Amino acid sequence: MTGTPPDKPDTVVPADAVVLVDAAVPVDAAVPGDSAVLAVRDVRIRDEINDREIVHGVSFELRPGQVIGIVGESGSGKTLTCRAVLGILPEHLAVSAGSIHIAGRDIGGLTEREWTDLRASTISAVFQDPASYLNPSLKVGSQITEVLRVKLGLGRRAARHRAIELLAAVRLRDPELVYDQYVFELSGGMLQRVLIAAAIAADPQVLIADEATTALDVTVQAEILDLLADLRERIGLALVVVSHDLAVVAQLCDEVLVMRQGEVVEHGPTEDVLYHPRHAYTRLLITEHEQYGLERYLDAPAPAAPGPAESPDPPQSRGRAAQAEQPESAEQPKSPERRQSTDRKVLDGVR
Amino acid sequence: MSDDNDSRPVLEVADLEVHYGVRRRRRRALHGVCLTVSPGETVGVIGETGSGKSTLARAVLGLVRPSGGRISVVGEEITGYSQQQWRALRRRGVVQYVFQDPLRSLDPDLTVEESLIEPLLIQGVPRAEASARGRAYLARVRLADDLLGKLPGELSGGQRQRVAVARALVAEPKLIILDEPVSALDSANRVGVLEILKELRDAGMALIFISHDLGSVAGVADRIAVLYQGEIVEVGPARTIINAPGHPYTRLLVGSAPTLRTASASRAEREALRARLQVQLHVRAEADLAPAR
Repeated sequence: MTGTPPDKPDTVVPADAVVLVDAAVPVDAAVPGDSAVLAVRDVRIRDEINDREIVHGVSFELRPGQVIGIVGESGSGKTLTCRAVLGILPEHLAVSAGSIHIAGRDIGGLTEREWTDLRASTISAVFQDPASYLNPSLKVGSQITEVLRVKLGLGRRAARHRAIELLAAVRLRDPELVYDQYVFELSGGMLQRVLIAAAIAADPQVLIADEATTALDVTVQAEILDLLADLRERIGLALVVVSHDLAVVAQLCDEVLVMRQGEVVEHGPTEDVLYHPRHAYTRLLITEHEQYGLERYLDAPAPAAPGPAESPDPPQSRGRAAQAEQPESAEQPKSPERRQSTDRKVLDGVR
Repeated sequence: MSDDNDSRPVLEVADLEVHYGVRRRRRRALHGVCLTVSPGETVGVIGETGSGKSTLARAVLGLVRPSGGRISVVGEEITGYSQQQWRALRRRGVVQYVFQDPLRSLDPDLTVEESLIEPLLIQGVPRAEASARGRAYLARVRLADDLLGKLPGELSGGQRQRVAVARALVAEPKLIILDEPVSALDSANRVGVLEILKELRDAGMALIFISHDLGSVAGVADRIAVLYQGEIVEVGPARTIINAPGHPYTRLLVGSAPTLRTASASRAEREALRARLQVQLHVRAEADLAPAR
């Protein structure tokens, strides 16, 4: 439930050509590997009013259970890129070049109907201000069952049962109580959990979290980040995390994309980008972060769980290796801080 | 209120109680809060949403009426003030307030200059002098004069917050309360505003800096008070609070803040702390069943 009205499709491909989309993928475009649940290739976004390009070519690929972070100052194009992926760009903006594949499907010419089918069941999103994406006059439970009934075709009772399960899955303390509560009765952290529950209700493969923890208290933020880490581990949810907080990205992401004025200036494994930045802008972001980062005022390094820097191998290779090897490994307990890609089969085990 | 005695605390809060609601819906927002701010001192107040941070600020500004305790500003007890006395106090601008969202503290229809000099005109300062002082304080927050004619909507978030700080300074207050002043800003602007606060602190201004961002509080505050469920559970030098937190809630706060290297406490530690706080809450909830005074 992204709550945002679907916009018109981004390109002018006639709607009836779209059904064959898999066959219609241009031969010259490298077809994303089977493993990618989201493949963004050289996406450019143009403002049709003043005919200016705002995003100048973004590319990344996301495999199940992988987490990619997008950082950059306000106006760098982070959010626009996400909105393009969700097909909810503002009216006057359009993807002018490049391609986006969600679960192997080119979204270039999707009709509104097809978009509606794709959203929530394949790709979903959570934004900064949870209250504005929920209906204040409906109980939160019914806003989750709506997704379940429409997307999964569940009956009233089954939907209620599943909704309460979902509320429990996002670690709300009293899911039955919350089910019957209204938006105004819940705190920001609880609302963000409700929104995440609604977003994952129809078992999407990709969740976009756009500044999803920015407005939350630091303790609640930690809980939501734990929850997202759980979801990727338990059901192999792939995440796109947009944040201006480098520390959040450091904690959660395998890969980082640094954007500035619509351009990707650096892209690589989190360790490399955050601890050995190459681009001057990345270094600037890190310097700014560290100037008032908590680590600066901590006397000695905290006796923390192994940080990314101490990880034996970069996440990229780890992720690939995990996938090539054995999906069953997903069921084994792992370090809570960082995990590997899992197979979506695990999902049914969880439910 | 005489201005000559500079060693007096700028703010003394003793045993402050604030309740919201009436009868059965009566909820305690602050309980037994004691806090002193000396001239030139910056006190950070941390705690999560609903902990009472903003209620404390509002009580000091006379925007909520305490149900018990005392608040003194520069030696003068203000707790029993009438509406009129409050208005007079606010007009003198002894205590100023900066909100998280500067769009709310700045009138969208007033230019930067009009916003800046308004408090002075109310005090009866002649326009020319007010204008000069407005410019001086705009420079102090490192903004150029050419912004004077602009409306808040034409400024960036960082510029707006600086204008809000300049406006707070114009009345030459004894104390500025900043409620999450950098939470809505991106990192470059955050650093910019925090640097200005440090300059003010070093120039002898007393500040109360309310934030849930531990890094910025640690960087600006001399002392930190930790509010939890309406009570100050811990207060001490900033470095001590960050590095050797005593109360489990403070440990949870510090342990929840992610750093570039990873969260400073492991998830297991945080969950243990949370469980401990939960137990304390139950104990307290039972104690609270006795009617609140």
